[in-house]
Formats: sequence, C-alpha cells, structure tokens
Amino acid sequence: MSILVYIDHSDGHIKKQSLEAAAYAAALAAQSNSKADAVILGTPPTDVAVLGNYGIQKAYTVSDAALDSFDSQVYCSVIAQVAEKVAADIIVFSNNANGKAVAPRLSAKLKAGLVAGAIALPDTSNGFVVKKSVFSGKAFANISISSAKKIISVNPNSFGIKTSGTENAVTENITVAVPAAKTKVDAVNKIKGEIPLSEAEIVVSGGRGLKGPENWGMVTELADLLGAATACSRPVADVNWRPHHEHVGQTGLAIAPNLYFAIGISGAIQHLAGVNRSKTIVVINKDPEAPFFKAADYGIVGDAFEVMPKIIEAVKKLKGK
Amino acid sequence: MKILVCISKTPDTTAKIAFTDNNTKFAGDGVQWIINPYDEWYALVRAIELKEADAGTIIHLINVGGADNDPIIRKALALGGDEAIRVNSVNTDSYNVASQIAAVAKDGGYHLVMTGKETIDYNGSSIGGMLAELLDLPYISHAIKLDLSGSEVIVVREIDGGEETDKAALPLIVSCQKGMAEQRIPNMKGIMGARTKPLKVVEPVDAESLTSIASFELPPAKAGVKLVSPDQPEELVRLLHEEARVI
Ligand SMILES: Cc1cc2nc3c(=O)[nH]c(=O)nc-3n(C[C@H](O)[C@H](O)[C@H](O)COP(=O)(O)OP(=O)(O)OC[C@H]3O[C@@H](n4cnc5c(N)ncnc54)[C@H](O)[C@@H]3O)c2cc1C
Repeated sequence: MSILVYIDHSDGHIKKQSLEAAAYAAALAAQSNSKADAVILGTPPTDVAVLGNYGIQKAYTVSDAALDSFDSQVYCSVIAQVAEKVAADIIVFSNNANGKAVAPRLSAKLKAGLVAGAIALPDTSNGFVVKKSVFSGKAFANISISSAKKIISVNPNSFGIKTSGTENAVTENITVAVPAAKTKVDAVNKIKGEIPLSEAEIVVSGGRGLKGPENWGMVTELADLLGAATACSRPVADVNWRPHHEHVGQTGLAIAPNLYFAIGISGAIQHLAGVNRSKTIVVINKDPEAPFFKAADYGIVGDAFEVMPKIIEAVKKLKGK
Repeated sequence: MKILVCISKTPDTTAKIAFTDNNTKFAGDGVQWIINPYDEWYALVRAIELKEADAGTIIHLINVGGADNDPIIRKALALGGDEAIRVNSVNTDSYNVASQIAAVAKDGGYHLVMTGKETIDYNGSSIGGMLAELLDLPYISHAIKLDLSGSEVIVVREIDGGEETDKAALPLIVSCQKGMAEQRIPNMKGIMGARTKPLKVVEPVDAESLTSIASFELPPAKAGVKLVSPDQPEELVRLLHEEARVI
C-alpha cells in the first residue's frame, strides 16, 4: 500500500492544514506498515524539507508555473497522474478550500471512495472505516470505503499537527502533462493581518447581546491578546455588524478550535452546530437560562459590558502586557 | 441560458438527531424535512435572480430520491424553478447521486449547474466536484458571488483566509454559499403555480456506490459547565490558563 498526501501552499509556505494532513498520512502509513509521500503543485514553497518533521520523507513536486493558479480540473488531472506514477492507493487531502474542490473530482476520476472531513485515522479491523462529523457537528458517522483506491480529506484542527520525524524531506521533481485551465484566476484577495477562522486555535466570538458594532472592541482586543480569530453569530453578520466570513454555525463556517470564547450569544441549536466540536467552550451571557451554558465548559452569568474589561485586564497581566 | 439546480432534502435545522436500527439509520420519523438551506437560499435564489435579469433563462431542478421528496421539490418550484426532475432512486452515497445527476445533465444542454456548498446532514461538499469530473467540466466551489458578463462568468469563491475572483466560460459547475443571494419566502402565486409545473420522474441509471455508512454515533455529553462568579472574572482567565491550558 502506498499513500500520497496533497500539500497545499500559499505565499511560499506550506499551509498549516496541509501539515496536519501530512501528519495524518504519516500516521496512517505507520499504522499500515506502508509509506506516505507528498505531492506539491506549482512553484514549490520554500519549506518543503520541513515535511520530514511530520513523517514525510519524499515530496514529489510538479513545478510548472501554470499550476500557480488554482483550477480544480487541472489540479485533479495532475494529481491523478502523479498518483498513478507513484502507485498510490490512498490519497489524503486537507478538507480546506482547495481540498474541497479537488478531492471529490479525483474521487470520481479514480473511482476512489471519498470520506470528506475525516476526524480520525481509519479503523481497519473490519474493512476500512473512517469517522467523520455529520449533521453539522451534531453527530459522527463511520463511513466504510469499499473501493480499492481511497481518498480521505482531513478536517482542519481535528487530528493535530503531530510531529514524527527529524530528517528533511527530499524533493523529486516529476513531469506530467498539465492541461490548459478552463477557469482563470483574476484576483486573490487575502484578508491582511487576520488569522483565518478555519485555522485558528482560539476564536473569540460575539452575538446580538453586544448590541451594536461599536461595542466590538472587547471582542477584537481579547482576540488580539490571545492571537485569536474573530467570529460572530448569524444575525450579527446578517445586519452587517460584522463581515459575512465571520458567521459561524450551521449555515456559516463550522470550526473546531481549542478554545471558543462566546460573548452575548444565546447558543441556538444552529449556532452550536458550527462550534460544538471546539475543545473548550467559554460562554459569557447575562441570562442563566441561555442554552449555550449546556454546551459550555466554563461560563460566567453576567453582563459582558462589566465582565469583559476585567477579563481583558487579567489576560493582559497573564501575557505580561 | 439553461440552468440546472441540484436540490437535496435534509432534516430541519432544529430536528432532533437520533438513530435507529442499531445506530445505522437516521431516525427520520416525525422529522420536518426542508430543502437543504445552501441549495435553496444560495443556488436556487441566485438562479432565480439570473432569470429575473434575463427572462429567456430556463431553470430546471433536479433531486435524487423517492416520492417522499416531492413536497420539497414543489416548494422549490414555488420559489421559482420552471420544471423539476426527480431521479427515483435511494441515495446510497455521493458518487452514486452524482452519477445519477450526471446521467440527466449530460444531454440536457445546461450552461450552468448550481449546487449548495454542502448538505447540512452529511456535510460532504462532494456532489458538485464529482459531477464536474463525470461531465468533464470546470468547477468552482464555495462561490460567494456569481455574475454573467457576456459569454463569461465571473465567480468569487472563498479561499482559506480570503477570496479569489475567477473567470470562466460556460458550461460551468458552481457550488454556492452565503453571499450569493438572500433567502426568499415563496409567495401565494408561486405556491399555486408550482402545482401545475412539470415534475418529471425518471428511473435511475446503473451506478456504483463507493462508500456506505457503517454506523452513527452521538457526541459524548459535556461534563457540565463550570461557572465563575461575575465578580471574579480573573478567575476564569486563571482556569483557562492553568486547568484547561488553552491560553
Ligand atoms: C435555518 C436556520 C439556520 C441558522 N443558521 C445559523 C448559523 O449558522 N449561525 C448562527 O449563529 N445562527 C443561525 N441561525 C439563527 C439562530 O437560530 C439564532 O437566531 C442565532 O444564533 C441567535 O444569535 P445570537 O445568539 O447572537 O442572538 P440572540 O439569540 O438574540 O441572543 C443574544 C444573547 O445575548 C445575551 N445578552 C444580551 N445582552 C447581554 C449582555 N449585556 N451581556 C451578556 N449577554 C448578553 C442574551 O441573554 C442572549 O442569550 C439559524 C436559524 C435558522 C432558522
């Protein structure tokens, strides 16, 4: 058996989610007495060697500049050719933006069963069964893949960026046919200076209880102090107090940070759906009956406008600021 | 222009999530079913807006499932589709569903196929991409904006930590999410009209399934919240630092 992990990169660096996918692939290789190699498309990032720390010894690069722009059809074709050349039978992706666009295509192309959003290593005691989160975080499903070839996309922040080696990964450039893209990337607009929500280990989030956008200082200040991303409930995004990309929940982004800090959010079932896989949940709400307390690990029943300044002071002290 | 919108049926967002048959089946009895919100609010409503801008646009809806899906298909027609196709098949896995849709779409002459970014039950984000590969078409996923400009489509999609603007020619497959359009409520005229719109039932093609659900699990219950007095918020910071070790 041979495993291939697709490594996504931007701005010259491997993405954090891809290091997690690499660690997953390496652990899967260890579990199945096989090896895991990486595939990297486009001008290679500067830190390919670092993959060795996550248990990947070899990275195949297809360093064709045409691949510096993403197109799901072209990427699928190229990864399929590399998978064929290295005789990979399991292909691992991160379930991030590009992973979600390419993994299902590749699944159809190779007739390789896909588990999209895996949260644990496969259980191979009886077939090949992979656990994923379903019903928007309200349950898990164990999915059995019956095809010979298999694709697993790993949910960000679910497996952990585990290190398992010290040697540098070696690079081998590999030449495959790169078809012409039918879509063209016209502009890429990264939100500067912000931690992407999907990658954040800590998320500070505000709800309608904060009364208006002018009161978001407590959310952003705490987030800055903790190196956290900011999020919000749906009605807050709907009335444009905060940008749409901050909306978490059943119809927004589903996240699983180590700490989710919710201020003035009631904890409606649709909100919980997107955040209840967070490892630790803190709720600040003045209503002791707020449903969020049932899903929380720590909480304060109190007025955010009184409690938050003191919390921020205490965090400043802790961080020596 | 001819648009195909893929419509899936999911439990309502407040439905109780429970399982039967030794945790192998979702307990659907008594559950309120809805159109998957991403399919309805974003893919379908955006398609309707395109039709409003160009009356020559035709919108077909497609659903893969049994006759019990007809109510949600009628609701989608009430919102604005012209006609619907139901592939009379039991959903086994994404690959099978995508194969069924591909078989219909192949000769349908569609310029644009739109799906929601994922369903709120299986959260697979898979149908659009699989369909694109089966039909050998370009695919843009997680679109937050879609505009036509002559024969070109301009799509803004979400990427990790930002947005990307893409240009593509038709035909194209797009998966849609928040930003594309705003939720609409069907009006009386739409509901009356939907009753007489064609809902064609076709039989499934032979297609494989590559995966199956072995079992479901519910998450373990939380141990219970540890409440800190509002008079001592700094105690919360201490607990997060020393006990939970998350800050
Ligand atoms: C189909 C569907 C999908 C949905 N999807 C989502 C989704 O993806 N994400 C989402 O978030 N919602 C979603 N919703 C909406 C959801 O049902 C709730 O309406 C929403 O989450 C409520 O947002 P909120 O908690 O900010 O506001 P509210 O429900 O208004 O709660 C505000 C909270 O703030 C507290 N509060 C007020 N003042 C203070 C104060 N001074 N200090 C401390 N606390 C205070 C109140 O006690 C209250 O609990 C969806 C709804 C539907 C029907």
